[in-house]
Formats: sequence, C-alpha cells, structure tokens
Amino acid sequence: MLEIKDLRAGYEGVEILKGISLSVKKGEVHSIMGPNGSGKSTLSKIIVGHPLYEVMGGSVQYEGQDLLELEPEDRAQNGIFLAYQYPVEIPGVNNAEFLRMAYNAKLKKEGKEEVDPLDFEEILSEKMKILSMDKKYRERSVNDGFSGGEKKKNEILQMAILQPKLTILDEIDSGLDIDALKVVANGINKLKTPDKAMIVITHFPRLLEYIQPDYVHVLSAGKIITSGDKNLAHELEAKGYDYLLAKA
Amino acid sequence: MNNQTKQTDVHDVLKDREYKYGFVTEVETDTLPKGLSEDVVRAISQKRNEPDFMLEFRLKAYQQWLKMTPPAWPHLKYPPIDFQDISYYSAPKKKEKLESMDDVAPEIRETFEKLGIPLSEQKRLANVAVDAVFDSVSVATTFKKKLAEVGVIFCSISDALHDHPELIKKYLGSVVPVGDNFYAALNSAVFTDGSFVYIPPNTKCPMELSTYFRINTEGSGQFERTLIICDKNSQVSYLEGCTAPTFDTNQLHAAIVELVAHEHADIKYSTVQNWYAGDPETGKGGIYNFVTKRGKCEGDHSKISWTQIETGSAITWKYPSCILKGDYSVGEFYSVALTNGIQQADTGTKMIHIGKNTRSSVISKGISADRSSNAYRGLVKVLKSAKNARNYTQCDSMLVGDKCSAHTFPYIEGANHTAQLEHEASTSKISEEQLFYFQQRGISKEDAISTIINGFCKDVFQQLPMEFAVEATRLLTLKLENSVG
Repeated sequence: MLEIKDLRAGYEGVEILKGISLSVKKGEVHSIMGPNGSGKSTLSKIIVGHPLYEVMGGSVQYEGQDLLELEPEDRAQNGIFLAYQYPVEIPGVNNAEFLRMAYNAKLKKEGKEEVDPLDFEEILSEKMKILSMDKKYRERSVNDGFSGGEKKKNEILQMAILQPKLTILDEIDSGLDIDALKVVANGINKLKTPDKAMIVITHFPRLLEYIQPDYVHVLSAGKIITSGDKNLAHELEAKGYDYLLAKA
Repeated sequence: MNNQTKQTDVHDVLKDREYKYGFVTEVETDTLPKGLSEDVVRAISQKRNEPDFMLEFRLKAYQQWLKMTPPAWPHLKYPPIDFQDISYYSAPKKKEKLESMDDVAPEIRETFEKLGIPLSEQKRLANVAVDAVFDSVSVATTFKKKLAEVGVIFCSISDALHDHPELIKKYLGSVVPVGDNFYAALNSAVFTDGSFVYIPPNTKCPMELSTYFRINTEGSGQFERTLIICDKNSQVSYLEGCTAPTFDTNQLHAAIVELVAHEHADIKYSTVQNWYAGDPETGKGGIYNFVTKRGKCEGDHSKISWTQIETGSAITWKYPSCILKGDYSVGEFYSVALTNGIQQADTGTKMIHIGKNTRSSVISKGISADRSSNAYRGLVKVLKSAKNARNYTQCDSMLVGDKCSAHTFPYIEGANHTAQLEHEASTSKISEEQLFYFQQRGISKEDAISTIINGFCKDVFQQLPMEFAVEATRLLTLKLENSVG
C-alpha cells in the first residue's frame, strides 16, 4: 500500500529525515516511536503533503502511484488520513457541515452522489455513538473551544466518517487522561479492518497496550535505528530510549 | 518552501475572478454635456418636467453644495474628483408613455435579463417586485398593479412627483436634509430618478420590493435617490442590487436613501452592492461609491433594519444610519464589507438615540484581502432624552494575507447615565494551518476559504431575505474564487 524509499525531507531547508525506508501493507499496524525531535511528525507531514515541509530525496509510492506528485486534497480523497496531534480550530465553521463537506468530497471522488444534511445526520449520529460523543459537538464550530480530549475524539470521528485506507495517528495519546485514551483507542480499534492500514506515531509505549501494532520502528535523529514486533515496545517501556540508542 | 511563497498562494486563490457584469449596452441616450452649474440644475428639472417645489429644492441644494468641500476625514486615498468633468444627466431615450413592460427598449430589457433580473411579464421573479434603474432613470417597475390593490405605491421618483406630489413634498429631504453633507447636497441638486415606496397603514407589503441599479454610460455620474415611507403598523422588506460595466475611468455614484417608519412600522432594507471594483492592480475604472443612507424611526415602537453586503466599488463611503426618535424604537445594522485588490472601504453606521427605551444593534464583518483597506466607522449617540437606551456593537475583522489592513473607529457620544452600551471587537486571520486542515480532509483550498468566510459572515447573512441569502453567499464565494478553480 505505502512504499517509502530512502526518504530525505525537512523544514525550512534543514534536513530532518535522513533516509527512511518503510513498507506498509493492507491490514498492518505500524508504530513509529522515538524521542522528541527524531522526525516522527515530519514523516507524517510529508505523507499528507503539508506545504511547509520539503522532500529532499527518495520516493513515496502509494497504491502504485507517486504520492509526492499529488495535491494534499487528492491524497486525502485517495484515502490517506492524518489524525492531528494538535487539531486545528476553525471558528465559525459548523462541525457537522465540515464533516459533510469532507464526506461529500470523498463520495464525489468515488463517483457517487453527495449526501444532503438530513441523510448525513443519520451517518453522523451513528458514528458519534461509537465514540460516546455528545450531540452538541455537531453544532459547534470545528474544534473551537473543545477540550484536548474532545478534539482527539473529533479527529477519530472524522476518521470513522471518512473510512480512510491509510490512517496516520500522530501522538493521538498526548494530552489524554486514561479514560479518554481508552475511549479513543476503542474507537480506533473498531475501525480496523483487513483492508486498511495504520501508522501509529507515539512517544509513549503505553498507547500500544490499547492499539496493538504488528511492527514497531524506532526513529532517532531522522533514521529508523531498529524495527521489531510489539515486544520491542515492551522492551522500550522497560529500558527506555537511551538503552536502545546506545545499543544501536 | 518559505513563508513568502506561501503567502502568494493564498493571494492566487483570492484573485478576483473576472467581473462578469462588465459589459456595456448600446442604447440611445439623452446625455447633458459635462459640467455643473445652476443652468444644468434647471435643465435637469425641466427635462423631467418637475413641479416648481422640486426645482426650488434642487437650487437650494446646489447653493449649499457650492459652499461645501468633500469630506477629508475618511480613511480613504484617491485623487481629487473633478466635478466639472462629469455629466449630470444621462437617460435612455424612451417612448413617451410605457403601456406595458414590453415597451421597455429591448436592449435594456436584455441588459437586465443578462443580470438575472427579468422584466418581461412572463419571466418575472416570483414574489419580488423590481424597479429597474438604468443610468439613474427608472425604466421599469414590475407588479405595480398587484401592489396597488393593497394600496402600496411602488414607482419611480419621477412618477411619484407627478402622481403623489404631496408625499414627495412632505418626505423628500426630511431625513437627509439637502445640505447634510457634500455628496448629499450634490445628489439633492442633480438627482435624476430612483424608487419611491409608500406602504399605507396596517399593511404588510405582500412581496419583497427591490431596486436594481445599473450604471451604463461612461463619464456620467449616477445620482439616484430612494424614498420609502412605511405608515403605522405596516411592514416592508426592500432589496437593492447594483452592477456597472468595466470602464477605464472612475465613475461617481452618489445616492441618497431615506426611510421613514411611523408607529409600529417595520422597514428592512438590504443591499447587495457589486459595483465594478476597478482593475485589481491599479484600481482604474472602479466606482466611487459615496452614499448617504438614513432612516428615521419617527413613531413609537418602530423599527429600521439595514443589512448590507458590500463587495464592489473602488471606494465605498457609506454609513446607513438610524435616527431613533420614537420611544421603544429599534435600529439595526448588519454589514459585510469585502475588499480585495486595492479596494478601499470606510463604512459603518450611526445610531442616534433620541426616544426613551430605544435599542440599537450593530454587527459589522470586514474582510480584507490582497492590498485592500477596510475600515469600520460607527457612531452611537445617546441624547439626554433617550432614557434607558441600549446599544450592542460587534465589530469583527478578518485579514487574508499580510498586505491588507483593517481599522475600527468606534465613536460614542452621550451624557445619559441610564444608557447601556456594549462594544466587542475582534480581528482574525485565515491561517495556512486552517486551510491545510481542510485539504487534509479532501476539501480544496478554494472551498476552504469560502467556507471560512461564509462562517465568519453567518450572523449577517441570516438577516437577508431568504431569496437573497443564497445569492449573497454565492457572490462572496465568486469574489474570492480562484479564476482557475
């Protein structure tokens, strides 16, 4: 599904990713772990095509096509979704309407008919129930004045609506208390199907107790220094990054 | 990619799409030579076959105008206007008497159809009566008969002068005196036509009334006036739309709108202004819009509500105001002003509280893009007599890019300690991160911008009559859409 080869990329001319290769297949859950500043977020921004981040070398193939050629909205419409570490607030724009716009953009891409607000209401209600989200969040502005936990739930709600093929969860656990984390992780797990893939970016191994990865990669100073299965996360939890970095 | 190139991206998206109303209609006109003098004022009055009191009104205004100078206080920059280089009368030649709408010159009918305002009997807008004003002259008024059945008078000012001179004599200039300001004095001296509305007591006007203003002739100023009188316990909703052709020279538009609301009367006046804004790089050819709009809440419990969507003109100078004379009268002002290219707007309102328990609310949304300048100027004045007066003012600005500017000039005058005045203001920016968030969800940048802008203006759009709310949303989106789209 996603084939990253020797990717070098950065921000404002500074190279942050120094040759990353990663292969993600359908149904797989990959976790990218690493200390602050290791390039985890840069990797996610490059995959979704954030305009402030710059590709300096290497290639990224998605479903057989050159991903780096595509506009950000085309990547999204092709099924790539980023759950933000810090979701953006958009005052004045109704949350339900925003979700419907995104949903319709996807339907349009698939050549299907767009849905009107009434039909969308049903789809939305059902998904909000899964995340035990209060109905009031439909009527509020996108993320505007939401608490940290509400914002993260809203990200997962968008994921539930859009049913992306490849989801990147960028530090979805940050700022969440244990109860909120359980609800969010539970929501994510319900969305897992054999034809979808996920990249879980996290600083803390704790999240991986709730979202079980098939592969764990440790990123440090812009390179993957070691890869393994979920036991690598346990090892990290027990011994910390320093131990791994020294070993590498 | 650095920040500089990023900024240009937003501008590209915001580049004004081509002004689609920029065509000129070939039509035979009766135009006076350029220049203004007492003889010109007399000639205009004579051409329109006016009663004596009207000529006196004009001459009084002209004498006052001679002593006045253009206002220098607005936050606007433009070269001085040569008032002798303007033609003060231009009217399409027409048959002596229009028997039916189908007598309107076909070129003019086609012009209005192209603008989406069909005048022919069969294709009229459902439930909206239209007075079509072409170069300051009313060329057609639809649904006249149907309105007359309930006693509503809707006609051109010229017709009203002949058919209802007593109403014109009583009300014209009663809200905006002839010497009110430089441009009002000019208008009072040379205005050619406009719309007149009278709603008799205890009548809810059965349909929306609307005037559509079209400037056509190059080098002629547009000076029309609108007079709306709403008698006791009556109600009317009025909409004004404006477009102009694309010319190389700036055109002056100096109009007056006067509203009078008697006891328990309710007037709602909405404007969608889309005059030609001029070349986005140089501003060449845009309309200079210097307009005086004022409503008087004469009777107790009367209400006047202004809603304006200002998207066009090179320069906008207008302050739709309310004189709240009657006790418990209510004044409202809802405004969206969008400036792009090098457009300049200095707009706002005046709420003058005279009666007891008068209330006013002001919601102003200014959007500035590219290198434009957008100023809100508002006065809330509370007289001693206005016990328990209340005002709420909310003034929000949105900046798109970093070369534009937004300014707020709120003035409060009043010595009344029972008054409650509230003022809120905010400035926001459309950020790259917001736009990217939309894009990451599969929504294009263009759609993202128009969604954010429409969200920002929601409170004002809600005030527009249903038929026009959709139109306003569309207009704003078009104004901000990338021509490539």
